Formats: sequence, C-alpha cells, structure tokens
Amino acid sequence: MFGVAMIAILVTMLMALARSFIGPTLYDRILAINTAGTATVLFIAALGFLMGRPDFLDIALAYALINFIGTIAVLKFVKFGNLGTADPADAQSSTDQATTDQSHSTQ
Amino acid sequence: MSTALDIVSLVLLFLGSFFCITAGVGLIRMPDFFTRAHSASILDSMGAGLILLGLALQAPDYLVVIKLFFIFFFLLVTSLAAVHALAQAVNLLGIDPNRAKILQRLGKNQTENNKPETIEPNTTEPNTTENGHRIPD
Repeated sequence: MFGVAMIAILVTMLMALARSFIGPTLYDRILAINTAGTATVLFIAALGFLMGRPDFLDIALAYALINFIGTIAVLKFVKFGNLGTADPADAQSSTDQATTDQSHSTQ
Repeated sequence: MSTALDIVSLVLLFLGSFFCITAGVGLIRMPDFFTRAHSASILDSMGAGLILLGLALQAPDYLVVIKLFFIFFFLLVTSLAAVHALAQAVNLLGIDPNRAKILQRLGKNQTENNKPETIEPNTTEPNTTENGHRIPD
C-alpha cells in the first residue's frame, strides 16, 4: 500500500511539473514548483516506510524547510529584483526608482 | 489489533492518494491562478495530512510518530504561508480575482490571433493592469 501511495504522489508530481512547464504566468510556475516540493516530501516519507528505514523522515523534514525557503526566496526576487542588500538605503533607492518608472509609464 | 490498524492505515493512505491526484488534476485543469492556488492547498492540507496519518499508524516506535507530526506541522505552516504570499503578490499586481479568468483567456487569444468576439475588459490593454504593471508571461 506504500507503493500505491507513492505512485499517486508521483502522478501528482508529474502533473505539477506539467503545469510548471505550460503555466502562462510566472506565479503559476512558482505555485506548481511549491506543490511538487510538497509532493517530494511525502514521497520521501513513504519511501522510507517502504524500505523499512524511517530515518528517511529526517531528510523529508529538512526538505520541507528548504522548500519553504526556496519559494519565499523566489517570491522576494520576483517582487524586489534582488535577494536583499547589505545597505537598506540601496533597496530604498531601488524601490524609488521603480516608483518613478511606474509614474513615467503612467504619464 | 494489528490487522485493524493496517486496515485503517490502508484506508487513510488511499484517501490521501485520492486527494493528491485531485490536487494534481485541479492544477492542470483549473482556469486561472487563484483556483489553481486553491487546488494546490488541497495537497498541502488534506493529502499530506491523510498520508502522514496513515504512515504514523505503521510507525515502529514513538519517535517516528513525533517526526511525522513535525513534518505535518512544518508542511502546514510553510506551504500555506507560501501560497498566501503568492496570492498576495498576485493581488498586489492589481489583478481582480473575478476577472483573472477573462484576462488570462484574452492573453491566450492574443498570442494565437486576435479574435474579434472576445470580451474587452475595462483596462485599455488586456495584458496590463490599472497600475501600469505588466503581467509577466
């Protein structure tokens, strides 16, 4: 029965990957990759039980946290254009630049 | 006792597999971003919860149960927070959820060919929002 659950999770991962390829917007792709990561966590957990080694759960736990960090990092990069600078004035000036660009485009 | 636990675990794993495939089909066939986020949340809550509960009934000792509980807790917190951040990012772009389907259909028709019978939205250009942000392709 672990095998059946693993096959179902694999099918879900394939469908999420298909959405990440054909997704019309960037956000659809990020959502699909996040879903594929969640399915990977479940797959690793079920694989550990199938092989009789529940120590795989540690890997699944680490993967769940890395998946969250990855998704938030991609979102921040999309929104701000960088992953954070040492100087907060830099980020402020970049957002000012963005707002001036936006005001120019609306004029 | 053991066979009863096995049967309950089997049922929970099958239900979790069903919700996983439901989430996948929803990701493929839903029309716009917000409904896809809804179907992706099904995997994070129902699919992961039922499958991890079904695995916890097969655990050899209590440490494995605690690890499974922590996996479920982190998945619930982190995935729902990620989906919320995504939906907020799309919402800050100025996309009205009621018109997201129409906007996406218009964008798809624009790439194929301009069909004259498509519904015109209120904005002047169908692929941009009121703030002048362009929806990234």
